[in-house]
Amino acid sequence: MTIPAAWYLIVSALLFGIGATGVLVRRNALVMFMCIELMLNAANLALVTFARVLHDVGGQATVFFVLVVAAAEVTVGLGIVVAIFRTRHSAVVDDLHELQG
Amino acid sequence: MLATARTVPDVLVFIASAAIILGGAVGVVASKNPVHSALNLIATLIGIALAFVEQEANFLAAVQIIVYAGAIVILFLFVIMFLGVDRNESIRLEPLAGQRPLAVGAVAVVTGGLIALMAAGGWYSGATTVIAPTDPSNDVGALGKVIFTTYLFAFEATALLLIIAVVGAVLLARRPPASLDAAQRADDRDVAVGEELT
Repeated sequence: MTIPAAWYLIVSALLFGIGATGVLVRRNALVMFMCIELMLNAANLALVTFARVLHDVGGQATVFFVLVVAAAEVTVGLGIVVAIFRTRHSAVVDDLHELQG
Repeated sequence: MLATARTVPDVLVFIASAAIILGGAVGVVASKNPVHSALNLIATLIGIALAFVEQEANFLAAVQIIVYAGAIVILFLFVIMFLGVDRNESIRLEPLAGQRPLAVGAVAVVTGGLIALMAAGGWYSGATTVIAPTDPSNDVGALGKVIFTTYLFAFEATALLLIIAVVGAVLLARRPPASLDAAQRADDRDVAVGEELT
């Protein structure tokens, strides 16, 4: 494997940036969740790259746990979206402004 | 000689995976329709799996496809269809004036800093806490050994986490009990009658 680690790390940083932009710009709760998944995947890519470069399988084990946490997070998050949709009939986060003074 | 012969396919695979990852990510953010966002997310996840294979994390590549593309994105699509929000959203609309350029600017600064850090960092700092060496021919074995010895407690904790997530999802997504629902409807009717009277 002759690809320098920095190349993968730069792709990871760009992916994280795109995901962060999506969370800040989009207003649909489901798309915001997908953008959070993008950021998690950017972290996974960096972890696997470091595991390869440092010859330490601990990085891959961490990716395994990130996958589990992502699955749990999506399950609960989508449950919350469904519950909100039942009462508000909207998945757009701008419609949730009850706490506004 | 052999090294240079191996470099060209490696570079091609890297370019392909990077293109799929970043193209899919842009598609997720820029698609008007949430269904298209989910499909672009699948493209990104497959690109990540390709990068995993290229870096000899074969087991994680398979898990990435099965868990992410097979389960999580399907869950997304299921909820999108279930809620019926699969219609186009007006992306151009900007409810908070100036929020979007500010967000893009802040993200650009952070990403630029990250790229500078990633590109300049010397990562061969002499790792002293190597848990187990990566083994390209047997990454499942190395990963399994580490998960069931060093990270055993974390592994058991994930079992608890998944149980909590399942129970939480069922509680959040189920309909309220019928009696409560009827009381709510009666309240609504009273309000409607009251509004008619006034």
